[in-house]
Amino acid sequence: MKFKVNNKEVFASTGGRPFDKEKPLIIFIHGSGLSHITWVLQTRYFAFHGYSVLAIDLPGHGYSEGPALESIEEQGKWISDVIDSVEMKEASLVGHSQGCLIVLECASQFPEKVKSIGLMGGAGAIPMNPELLELAENGDPKAVELMMDWAHGPAGHFGGHPVPGLHHMNLGGSIVINGSVKNALGVDFRACDNYKNGFEAAKKIKCPAINILGDRDRMCPIKAGKKLAENLQNSEVEIIKNCGHMILLEEAGQSLEILKKFIRKNHPV
Amino acid sequence: MDPKTYKFDTLSLHAGYMPSKNAGSRQVPIYQTTSYMFDDVDHAAALFNLERGGHIYSRISNPTVQVLEERVAALEGGTAALATASGMSAIFLTIMTLCNAGDHVVVSSQLYGGTVNLFRLTLPKFGIKATFVKPRDTEGFKKAIKENTKCIYGELVGNPGNELMNLPEISNIAHDAGIPVIIDSTYQTPYLFKPLEHGADFVVHSLTKWMAGHGSSMAGILVEGGKFDFLKTNKFPTMTEPYEGYHGLSFAEEFGPVAFTMKARAEGMRDMGPCLSPQNAWNVLQGIETLSVRMEKHCSNASKMVEYLSKHDSVAWVSHASLKDNPDYELAKKLLPKGTGSMIAFGIKGGKEAGAAFIDNVKLASHLANVGDTRTLVIHPASATHSQMDEATLKLANMSHDMIRLSVGIEDIEDIKNDFEDGFRAASKPRLVANK
Repeated sequence: MKFKVNNKEVFASTGGRPFDKEKPLIIFIHGSGLSHITWVLQTRYFAFHGYSVLAIDLPGHGYSEGPALESIEEQGKWISDVIDSVEMKEASLVGHSQGCLIVLECASQFPEKVKSIGLMGGAGAIPMNPELLELAENGDPKAVELMMDWAHGPAGHFGGHPVPGLHHMNLGGSIVINGSVKNALGVDFRACDNYKNGFEAAKKIKCPAINILGDRDRMCPIKAGKKLAENLQNSEVEIIKNCGHMILLEEAGQSLEILKKFIRKNHPV
Repeated sequence: MDPKTYKFDTLSLHAGYMPSKNAGSRQVPIYQTTSYMFDDVDHAAALFNLERGGHIYSRISNPTVQVLEERVAALEGGTAALATASGMSAIFLTIMTLCNAGDHVVVSSQLYGGTVNLFRLTLPKFGIKATFVKPRDTEGFKKAIKENTKCIYGELVGNPGNELMNLPEISNIAHDAGIPVIIDSTYQTPYLFKPLEHGADFVVHSLTKWMAGHGSSMAGILVEGGKFDFLKTNKFPTMTEPYEGYHGLSFAEEFGPVAFTMKARAEGMRDMGPCLSPQNAWNVLQGIETLSVRMEKHCSNASKMVEYLSKHDSVAWVSHASLKDNPDYELAKKLLPKGTGSMIAFGIKGGKEAGAAFIDNVKLASHLANVGDTRTLVIHPASATHSQMDEATLKLANMSHDMIRLSVGIEDIEDIKNDFEDGFRAASKPRLVANK
């Protein structure tokens, strides 16, 4: 669905069901340069099982009006604005990669609005490789190839997508390429690299949190994910074997099962 | 700093499959099953509602077929693929997923005869009409586009005349008009050419040919490029409007770069059911493992045959874009640097009778209705593969009655030439052959 946030048009997938203010809300926040498409194997399930779902396109991504927001702090505030714009009081937030940093900011700045948080492939800080950052900021498609290489574990490189016929790396790459390497991915990478408040933000968060980590994640290694979990007051950790950074797609079934259990317990229908 | 993603030859052997998820089996298992156990009622409901991935019934998807789909998607650079029982069913499924009754398509006039008849005779029964344009007439494609046109369709190198479409320019024309381009890339395989890198939005193959390569198994596939944005216009309600068959799902919104494949599978395989058998999928996978080495040999033998035929006294003309005097020579050099393929069209002196004599007297080359076998194949299109086309359609396809279509195999080149000598010798004595 399309709606306005701060007078700018925003697109969010509602998981195939109409948005309903009477149902508990889950907001899914994508990673750098990506879009709502990455969440399709989580959102539809929740939408058909009693929740209202918004898999948002961040500003300047997918079908949301730009420009992209330049800092994680702004993006965290923007998620709070999304909750206000759809006239809801609270939501559970689920993030992937950069989306996890945004979740941390929102949940620490607006604790009254956040019921629980799910973090997939998260860390307290995501410093960028300088060469990758430069490529992305220059709009070089090679940045996307490198990102896809590093983001995927064995399943991404060999195959075995949970949805028959889909190709992990080409699908992921096309989401980024269909957007803007320079104005979305480049801005996102710079925002991640600049962000230093992750651990401080985490310490302030009291709501239940789950960290879903892949043991083959080269972008946010499990060591970094565990360190973040230690800084969250009420946190669980689940590690998925043979899984890279694209947990939500590489091991969509396992990550959905973990998320189902967590959300149902902490934000029941 | 370069990505360490696997390259073409490695993907041909490994893409789409992980032994660790299949009991350690190094070779891809053949999942000879119709259906798949659900964990519980919730799991079943989620699968049927596209809430999660997995297999339900082998008409819709099958784990062996899935490996083939991912492998071809990997080789073509596509976001997704959907394998079918044959190349023709892949084309039909693609058009039926894209179009509604009342729609129009612009089609190259030089296509496999069965495809011509699909567009000329069968699709009009479903209210989908086609305008045929000669492959070299780039401006003609532009002029043929109407308000209700939904795609441009063609073969990069036309069957059987070997004339090239200027895909990059034709793709620009299509995209300016807000419509996608579908390319049948059977003749090239991704070893020679990747249409998605040159502006095509969807690729179809008859995998029966060079991809499988051994003349043993029928199969087809649709590959999605992931770049065509159906939501940019209101031209494609089948992709963008809520679909009653899945509780009001908008495929384009939910699935983005794989929306077309998702729709083709969820609707097309469900309702039309042209599924590929796991055994045939496995046979094709075996073929793809050696695609590079076979294509190299096919192309090298084809080059030698082009040279041989061009100098032969019994040959009136040769059509192959590798020839310097061919109108497509420069375009082929740009688009097909690894080779222009192993299909050769040539005219035999003496016309139709000489052609028949030639075909009846070659012994190594097989006379049959196929291309892309490891073995050398010959046919007289006007009396076989394209015989159901009327004179006007044959003319539009630039087909003459003296044309022989040659699919060069990977036998020893001297044996192929010797066999052709026998054929030409007999063809030069048409009266004797006529009395045979």
